[in-house]
Amino acid sequence: MEIIKKASAGTLESSDVYVEIEPGSRGIQLTLDSVVEQQFGQSIRALVQEVLAELGVTDANISIADRGALDCVIRARVETAVMRGKGE
Amino acid sequence: MRRSMLFIPGNTPNLLINGAYLGADALIFDLEDAVSPDEKDSARNLVRNTLKYMDLRGCEAIVRINSIDTDYWKKDLDQIMTQKPDLIMLPKTGCARDVLTADAYMTQVEQRLGYEPNTVRLMPLIETALGVENAFEIASASKRVAAIFLGAEDLTADLRCKRTKGGAEICYARSRMVVAARAADVDVYDTPFTDVNDDEGIRVDAEYAKSLGFTGKASISPRHVGVINEVFSPSQKDIDYAYEVMDAIRLAHEQGRGAIALHGKMIDAPIVARAQQTIAMAEEMGVGKAVQHE
Repeated sequence: MEIIKKASAGTLESSDVYVEIEPGSRGIQLTLDSVVEQQFGQSIRALVQEVLAELGVTDANISIADRGALDCVIRARVETAVMRGKGE
Repeated sequence: MRRSMLFIPGNTPNLLINGAYLGADALIFDLEDAVSPDEKDSARNLVRNTLKYMDLRGCEAIVRINSIDTDYWKKDLDQIMTQKPDLIMLPKTGCARDVLTADAYMTQVEQRLGYEPNTVRLMPLIETALGVENAFEIASASKRVAAIFLGAEDLTADLRCKRTKGGAEICYARSRMVVAARAADVDVYDTPFTDVNDDEGIRVDAEYAKSLGFTGKASISPRHVGVINEVFSPSQKDIDYAYEVMDAIRLAHEQGRGAIALHGKMIDAPIVARAQQTIAMAEEMGVGKAVQHE
């Protein structure tokens, strides 16, 4: 199942993350803006890729604006954005 | 031991991830009133992931799902029950049929997930005049029901009266709920005190609820949790007396005596039952003799 429409989830409040996803055709194109980019940027990217793989998303453009969210919050917001993007 | 239950909005990460550090015995992750209709899916995912990955540090997990007259409640249960919360809170429960409807679906989900029956218990939230009048049939409708909970804000709207700090308008509902719960042998929880800045008011309100027989009280503010825990805990004097009662009972049995007196007062079955409850709670709180002697 692929992303069929642009969708978002989350907020820009502290401890949250704002995720935007839209249909793509060149694999996963991920952009990250995080207040903890230096310390955790790599692990956030890996987590997002992991969640997308679990949900069967292979082509999408996804942007992440992180405000210090924990892994479980990032995971939840990506899941929601994907579900919305799939029209579920 | 469940003295305090703290409401946590289901779509607010900052509160969800810190809830376990606020001192409450139980956290109520709210998917209902605290979440707007277009964010129900998001809150459901967030609460499920929080339950899966966050350490709740011994806090009980309760999830308030949406009521059974909405399109959300089955989706709530499908997702949330995968993480085995301790309890599901069912809002706007008006009669036994509401409990049985939720119970039947929870049984289906448990079967699908391979859980034992009644792994996840139910706490009906009674917040309508109909619910109050049917409190006993709600409390005794299913073995899944572990407790009932009074919601006074919606109730007073239904009663067409003003909600006051004194609470005279919910006096009947409170008493009826306690009697119904005790008759059905389940726990019973009092409505939150909603003025978060009134530190004296919360104490008076909690003490009144305790005097009526409530097991504990819910809160919408972390500021109230400490007072609620304190009010619904046995005092050191209560604990000492409970051990004295049990010592007197043991001595009387050893001596073959039937009637027992302590400090000039007869010790009968209800006093023993209360002493046992007090000791059980003291030991759970880590202040019982069994703990002190370790």
